[in-house]
Amino acid sequence: MNLLISIIAILSLTLLAVGIALNQSLVYLLIVIIPYAIFVIFLAGFIYRVVKWWVTPVPFRIPTTCGQQKSLPWIKNNPVENPAGIAGVIMRMAQEIFLFRSLFRNTEVEIIDGRPVYGSAKWLWFFGLLFHWSLLIIVLRHLRFFVEPIAPWISTLSALDGFFEIGIPALYLSDAAILAGLTFLFLRRLVLTRVRYISLFTDYFSLLLIVAVVSTGLLMRHFFPTDLNQVKNVALGWITLAPVVPQGVSVVFYMHLCFVCALLAWFPASKLMHAGGIFMSPTRNLANSSRMKRHINLWNAPVKVHTYEEYEDEFRDKMKAAGLPVDKE
Amino acid sequence: MSFAKIPKSDQLISINYAPPKSAWMKTPVDFRSGTWSYSGVAKNLTYLDLPNPRAWQPADVDWKLPENWQAIILAGMKERLEKYRSFRLFMDVCVRCGACADKCHFYIGSGDPKNMPVLRAELLRSVYRRYFTMTGRLFGKLAGARDLTVDVLKEWFYYFHQCTECRRCSAFCPFGIDQAEITIIGRELLNLVGCNINWVIEPAANCFRTGNHLGIQPGGVKDMLEFLADDIEDRTGVRVEVPINKKGADILFVTPSGDYFADPGTYTCMGYLMLFHEIGLNYTFSTYASEGGNFGLFTSHEMVKRLNAKIYAEAKRLGVKWILGGECGHMWRVIHQYMDTMNGPAEFLSEPVSPITGTRFENAKSTKMVHIAEFTADLIQNGKIKLDPRRNDHLKITYHDSCNPARAMGLLEEPRYIIQNACNHFYEMAEDTIREKTLCCGAGAGLGNDENMETRMRGGMPRAMAVKQVKEKHDVNRLACICAIDRATLTSLMDYWVPGVKVMGVHELLANALIMKGEKERTTDLRGESLII
Repeated sequence: MNLLISIIAILSLTLLAVGIALNQSLVYLLIVIIPYAIFVIFLAGFIYRVVKWWVTPVPFRIPTTCGQQKSLPWIKNNPVENPAGIAGVIMRMAQEIFLFRSLFRNTEVEIIDGRPVYGSAKWLWFFGLLFHWSLLIIVLRHLRFFVEPIAPWISTLSALDGFFEIGIPALYLSDAAILAGLTFLFLRRLVLTRVRYISLFTDYFSLLLIVAVVSTGLLMRHFFPTDLNQVKNVALGWITLAPVVPQGVSVVFYMHLCFVCALLAWFPASKLMHAGGIFMSPTRNLANSSRMKRHINLWNAPVKVHTYEEYEDEFRDKMKAAGLPVDKE
Repeated sequence: MSFAKIPKSDQLISINYAPPKSAWMKTPVDFRSGTWSYSGVAKNLTYLDLPNPRAWQPADVDWKLPENWQAIILAGMKERLEKYRSFRLFMDVCVRCGACADKCHFYIGSGDPKNMPVLRAELLRSVYRRYFTMTGRLFGKLAGARDLTVDVLKEWFYYFHQCTECRRCSAFCPFGIDQAEITIIGRELLNLVGCNINWVIEPAANCFRTGNHLGIQPGGVKDMLEFLADDIEDRTGVRVEVPINKKGADILFVTPSGDYFADPGTYTCMGYLMLFHEIGLNYTFSTYASEGGNFGLFTSHEMVKRLNAKIYAEAKRLGVKWILGGECGHMWRVIHQYMDTMNGPAEFLSEPVSPITGTRFENAKSTKMVHIAEFTADLIQNGKIKLDPRRNDHLKITYHDSCNPARAMGLLEEPRYIIQNACNHFYEMAEDTIREKTLCCGAGAGLGNDENMETRMRGGMPRAMAVKQVKEKHDVNRLACICAIDRATLTSLMDYWVPGVKVMGVHELLANALIMKGEKERTTDLRGESLII
């Protein structure tokens, strides 16, 4: 059901995109007004969400430790999985962000011969990583539309990405990789019953929206070539605050642009914000140093306690009878 | 301990992982007997000034909630969203990748999809979305949001009491989302309208009043420790002293009351007494701070602080230099991650230094409380105690990492070092079931009661099966651990799944091997079982 609604939502967006592309005044809107509006929504939304997390206090130091603590000098500690200081935390976070360390731990349980067996299950890690890295490379490659002359590192990146020169224009490895990643993530959600059971509309919709962006991009590059100079003019027009409506670009370009706008507008309101959230997680970004250095809770307030005096008042006679020392006779 | 009312183990192991046909929001909770715990008794709530004390049970239709219960819960959520970044973030960033799903021992043991940490969290997240996010307000169900109804509250109660706050899911989550945080706050919210379980609230009330969960009064503490000293004399011929409430001691020793109250914890406690005697430690027990454990952690952050406060207060009153803590799991989560922040700074104490070896415990220099495994490992490494591991030759040991020392502290090698020096037959369980991937006993976080037995046996199954594997392979007959709840609950778990394996603390193992000055020839271990030397 959630899947069906997501598909309908994506199809409606597609129709909308086609409709916009075929109407000259709507195209004007799409090129001149909407990108700025979307950019503001995305940036403001992203910042708003991150700031909201940022200003919420971290009352306790609660890292999840995944290795030996630093205690006695002769016991070898694990400085990354159980960091004792800031350097270790940076290493740990870098591993999480660039390599998806925790996901690499993934196992899959199965009952075999009346006993749970924990099989290795690195597929989610592999395709998840593949997807995110290729997305990053693709976004970076797109910078060539926004800078003139094209910075050398962008050209190098594109050249490397198209290294195998399969087809004309060359197929980018990152394009193939992102398709593989998306396909896996989507099929996994459909096929694994327990993942399907927990999937919400937003889970399918986020995936399908990215699929739509990627597939229109690929269509444009390989099947419906668009005048890249025109596209570059549009992009440069945006950043010089003098947007120009291109001439003779294909409908697919407008569809691609529509989906990108939808994705960026959807981003701050959705689970895609995990991109910002991962930096903030108190179980990962804190050092396990709570006994070494006192962690301060800003809202720490007095609570009602049961004092020793109250305790002794209640039990004094019994304490004396048992021969235990008391403070007040 | 009776297993009469629950299915036999060979039936319980056939677990159906296929989710039900109906969507989870449309599948109501079923309070099936054997899978939930009795409600908190009114007098305990009253003693702790907790709201809505009354007579009720979870299986009742009417929970006798206050009239404005929804407003109370939503206000409570708002307050906590503003106070805990963990809570707000964990409500927001989950992508439902499902990596956590089969990491939870309750899911592995029950197949109930709401025991997947992701879905257990969604129970709360769906309400968060409905009342605290724009998309949830606008799009409702489509955005994964739902209204807060009595059925939702019942679901929270049921499933937040099928989570032991063990943090295993958190180790596997790519964002470190910790179900323990969500359960802790979920239980806090339930407590705001008087919904809690007696196995948590009674120990908390006892602890507040008498200093320990079991409600043992000062004379009782003394009697029990003296009784253990008698047993030690019987086994070893050495009379150990039992210092209690002694002003001017160097060290305050705090351990869970389970250690001096019930088998097999008592043998661990005998171990402490023998060790401290042997090294001539100037220490004291306290009757006021006679509990290391903290069932506040299973109630609310505020209750953690209220119960924990007496440890520093007593250390100050007695004028000790620093504090030593016994073997316990969630106790160490509180000591390590909360105590200093909540009730510190302990400026009246000095940085812990072992009076025997001179070792400075740098890792505890602010909190000023040292784990006994750290303390003892240091003694062994410096050659300050003599051990004869052959005295444990009748035992084949495996070791269970308790959840909290493993995943909220990283105390992994210290206990292993002690075990390796104290016995000759030590076998690790499978890699995926130990250290940071350790599996819970299934009965922590206040769930270790008899009425909840089926849930316990299901939740403990993965741990038990890992033990069974080493039993079959290496003839393991003893499961060592460093947690008082483990000692109590793993015992039933072994009886049910792996009969023949008994449970012991690491310091019991140590004390079996400990060569004491002036001891008689030892023919039995601390339990009176014959040695085979």
